[in-house]
Amino acid sequence: MDNRSEPARDPLVSGAESEQRRSAAARLFDIRRVIGGLFAVYGIIVTLMGIFDNQAEIDKAQGVRINLWAGLAMLGFGLLMLLWQWIRPAEPPASPEERGVLDGSGDSGPGSPGGR
Amino acid sequence: MDGGGLRLNMNALDYVLLALYFVTVLGVGFAARRAIRTSVDFFLSGRSLPAWVTGLAFVSANLGALEIIGMAANGAQYGVMTVHYYWIGAVPAMVFLGIVMMPFYYGSKVRSVPEYLRLRFNRPTHLLNAISFAVAQVLIAGVNLYALALVMQALLGWPLWVAIIVGAAIVLVYITIGGLSGAIYNEVLQFFVILAGLIPVTVIGLVKVGGVSGLMDAVRDSRLGEAGLHAWQDTGSTANPLGAHWLGIVFGLGFVLSFGYWTTNFAEVQRALSAKNMSAARRTPIIAAYPKLLIPAVTVIPGLIALVTVKGLGAPSGDLQYNNAIPLLMRDLLPNGVLGVAVTGLIASFMAGMAANVSGFNTVFTYDIWQAYVRRDRPDAYYLRIGRYATIAAVVIGIGTAFIAAGFSNIMNYIQALFSVFNAPLFGTFIIGMFWKRMSALAGFWSLLSGTVVAVGTYLLYKGGVIHFNSDLEESFWGAGLAFATVAVVAAILTPLTAPKRDEDLRGLVYGMGGIDVKGDVLAGDAAWYRSPLLLGVIALVLAVVLYIPVF
Repeated sequence: MDNRSEPARDPLVSGAESEQRRSAAARLFDIRRVIGGLFAVYGIIVTLMGIFDNQAEIDKAQGVRINLWAGLAMLGFGLLMLLWQWIRPAEPPASPEERGVLDGSGDSGPGSPGGR
Repeated sequence: MDGGGLRLNMNALDYVLLALYFVTVLGVGFAARRAIRTSVDFFLSGRSLPAWVTGLAFVSANLGALEIIGMAANGAQYGVMTVHYYWIGAVPAMVFLGIVMMPFYYGSKVRSVPEYLRLRFNRPTHLLNAISFAVAQVLIAGVNLYALALVMQALLGWPLWVAIIVGAAIVLVYITIGGLSGAIYNEVLQFFVILAGLIPVTVIGLVKVGGVSGLMDAVRDSRLGEAGLHAWQDTGSTANPLGAHWLGIVFGLGFVLSFGYWTTNFAEVQRALSAKNMSAARRTPIIAAYPKLLIPAVTVIPGLIALVTVKGLGAPSGDLQYNNAIPLLMRDLLPNGVLGVAVTGLIASFMAGMAANVSGFNTVFTYDIWQAYVRRDRPDAYYLRIGRYATIAAVVIGIGTAFIAAGFSNIMNYIQALFSVFNAPLFGTFIIGMFWKRMSALAGFWSLLSGTVVAVGTYLLYKGGVIHFNSDLEESFWGAGLAFATVAVVAAILTPLTAPKRDEDLRGLVYGMGGIDVKGDVLAGDAAWYRSPLLLGVIALVLAVVLYIPVF
C-alpha cells in the first residue's frame, strides 16, 4: 500500500507507544522451553508409574495401560517442544527497529529520526 | 481414605505432579519479570508475542470454569447439540474478529477495547464501557475462584477457604510480577496441561463404552435417545434437547451472542493486541479457532460418556449433578498418575479463566479509568505501578466475591448471566460504528446505554416471571437480539440529529476512512501463504461446516 496515512492521533495512545523504544520485551524467554521441560518431567514420572502399575490400576482404566501410554505421549510431546525450540530458536520479538523506531540495543537510546 | 462423594484417591505422586505445576506457573511469572520495563510491557507484553502463543492464550483464556465443566455438563444434558457452542457459536466470530475487526483494533494502536470507544465516539461512551467491564471482570474472577475452590474441596477435600486463598495467591503472584506475559505464557502452558488431563479421560471412557459406535448405541438407549446424536435434526421446531429453533441457533447463538462475546470481550481481545505485528494479531483468533473446533472431543464426548456410564447422573443437587460429569469420570476411570495430571488440568483451567479476568481488569482500570479520568500525564513508570496495585486489588476483591458466592451461589449465577448480556449491545455499537462513518459520538453513547438497559431489563423481567421464555438459553437469544436491534434503531434515529465526527478523527478506526495498513509492519516469513489470515480463516470456517456433517 503506497498510501500510508497515519491513523488518528491520541495523546494517551501515542504516549504509551513512544515508550515502546524502552521496551524490555526482547528479554522475554521462550515458553517452548518451559512447556517442553514440564511435559518431559511429567512424562518421565507418569511413564515410571505406568511401568510399575499393578493389576487393580490397570483394571480401573478398563485394561488400558494408560499411565504408560500417557506418560510416553507426554514425554514425546515435551521432547518435541524442546527439539522445535532447538531447531528454530525464537526470532527475537519485534525489536524497536522493526517498528520504525531507531534504537540499537533495546535499552534506552536516541529517539526516532522519523521512522513512522 | 474417604471413599464418599467425589473425593479422588490422590496419592503422593499425584500431589507431586500438581506441585510441579504450581512451581512452574510461579516460575514463569518470575522469569517474565525481566521483560517488563514499560507499562506496555506489563499490560500488552510489549506487543512482542508470536501468533501461535497469542492464539493458544486466546483459546485458553476462554477455557475457564464455564467451558470445561459446563460444556461437559451440557454434553450430558443436551447431547451432541452442544457442539453448536463451538462450531457455529464461536468459530465464525473468531474468524470475523481476525479478518475484519482486528485491523481496526491493532492498527489504531488502542490499548484496550474501551479505548477504541473513546477514539471512535466520546469519553462518556468510553467510561460507561470501561466501568461496566471492570466491575464485571472482578466479579467474574470471584465466580471463577469460587468454582475452583468448590472443585478442590470436592475432589481433594481441601477446605473452601484454603482452596480460595491458594488459587488466588498463585494467580496474584504470577500476574503482579510477570504482567500479561506471565498470564499469557501460563495460559499456553495451561492449554496443554488441560488437554493432557482431558484426553486420558476421554480415551478410557471410550474404551469403556466400546468405542464411538458403542457410545452412539448407548446414547440411543439413554434418556436423550436418538435426538442426543444430532445437531440440526428437529431444529425446525423447538422439540429437541436444547429446545432451540434453528433460527435461534444461527442468529441468536451464532451471531449476536457469539460475536458479542468473542469480538468485544477485552479479556480475549487483549491476547491479540499483545501480538508482535498486524499479521500475528489477525491470526491470533484464527489460530485459536482450530483448537476450538476440536475441543468438543474432550468436553462433549466425556459428557455423553458420563451420561451413559454414571447411573443417576442429572440429579438436581448433590454429587450427581451434570456439572460433575468430568470429575465423576476421573474418579471412576483414572488410576494414580494420569489422575494427578487430570486434576492439575482441571485446576489449570480455572486459573486460566481467572487470570484472563484479572489481566483484562488491570489494563482497563489503569489505562481507561485511572489514566484517562483520574491522574493524567504521569510518567509511564507510575502507570506500571498502578497496574500492579490494580492486580492486587482485583484479586482481593475476587476473594471477597468468592466468599460471598460461597454464601449465595444462586445470586452469583445470576450475576454471571447478567454480565453476559452486556456483550450484545456492545457488539452492536462496535459493528455499526466501525462500518458507518456518519454514526455520531452521541449516538454511540445512547445506543450502548439503551441497548444495555434493554438487555438487562429483558433478563430481569424474565427472572422476575413477568415475561416467559422456554429456557434460559431462549431468553439469552431474545435478550441479545432485542438489545442489538435497540442499538441499531437508536443509532439510526439519533445520528441524523447530531453532529458527525470529523473525518480525520476517524482515520484508522472506521471502514473506508484509510489510516489502516495491514502490511506495514510485516515481518520476514509473514508473507508465506500459510500465514495468510484470510486463507486460515476460510479453512477454519470450512472445517466447522464439514465437522457438522457426521452429526447432522
